[in-house]
Amino acid sequence: MSTAVSQIDEIKTTPWSGGRSPFNVEYGKIMMWFFLLSDAFTFSSLLISYGALRFSASVWPAADKVFQSVPFLYDSGKPLVFVGIMTFILILSSVTMVLAVEAGHRNSKKEVITWMILTVLGGFAFLSCQALEWSHLHHEGFWWGSTPSLHALKEFFAEGTGTDVTRHLTAQEFANLFFTITGFHGFHVFTGVVINIIITVNVLLGTYEKRGSYLMVEKVGLYWHFVDLVWVFVFTFFYLV
Amino acid sequence: MSAESQEVHHEEGDHQTMTKKRIWKIALYLSIITAIEFTIALAIIPGHPEYLKYANPAYILLTLVKAFYIVAFFMHLKFEKVGLALSIIVPILFIIGLILVLTNESHHWITLRQ
Repeated sequence: MSTAVSQIDEIKTTPWSGGRSPFNVEYGKIMMWFFLLSDAFTFSSLLISYGALRFSASVWPAADKVFQSVPFLYDSGKPLVFVGIMTFILILSSVTMVLAVEAGHRNSKKEVITWMILTVLGGFAFLSCQALEWSHLHHEGFWWGSTPSLHALKEFFAEGTGTDVTRHLTAQEFANLFFTITGFHGFHVFTGVVINIIITVNVLLGTYEKRGSYLMVEKVGLYWHFVDLVWVFVFTFFYLV
Repeated sequence: MSAESQEVHHEEGDHQTMTKKRIWKIALYLSIITAIEFTIALAIIPGHPEYLKYANPAYILLTLVKAFYIVAFFMHLKFEKVGLALSIIVPILFIIGLILVLTNESHHWITLRQ
């Protein structure tokens, strides 16, 4: 019997010939990616609906007139400053998260703890800012199903645009969409903070040290970056465009 | 699972991956892009309303650049296997379809609203 194996009987070792993960990624991480993909569809449906309603409206509240307060400092006249602070907070907490992941690769428990705690603090800071933003708009009269009075509404639109009827209609659409979309995003930030706290406690308890890998930090990191990613889009389409 | 994840880590080490220096570099890029967006909105547009029609495409382009940096580097997708990257990016392209359909539809809503 010849020991030479004919070409067709040779066991293939390419990534897709079976017997191993072709993506070379642990199961939980792949599932996190696919969950985020489905979440991306949800957020894009919300944002695209917002876009369609806004395109079809003859007038729309001007972002630099609606968002121009900085809590505790300025009541008006500072457009986009506060949301700028919020954006930088979220970007920075994304940076601390990726630093925690990097420390995890080096199995440095102490550094992972430091960066995770900073990430959680960043998350809380962002949520506090959003609570202030919501309460400010709520005090002005915006909420699901309610808008400021017809007279007060005038100052939220570019001068001389629209009539009382169109202004009232689109201000209501704006309020509903704003609270729904930033609310859904804020809910993601909130769950992200809760998950980050759980992971931080696990790191403190040495769970991942015993396991020999900080892969869990990487997985929640993916979720946290996604939350930041969504904010980048919400920020552009609600505050800039 | 533990043995498998060890192996994954080991193989990742062979590729170019995120170092501290690189993380701060990407953070700097993201901050600069955000700063450019603010400059357009707060400094350029109020003084030059004639540039308004270029502002929105500029914001969207800059947002997509930021999204690329977050997904590719912070979420590490650039260093994953091509198959995984494609299985995430290709379905995302369907969103373009929804954008096209609904923006087209919204033009008809204008007449409905009158």
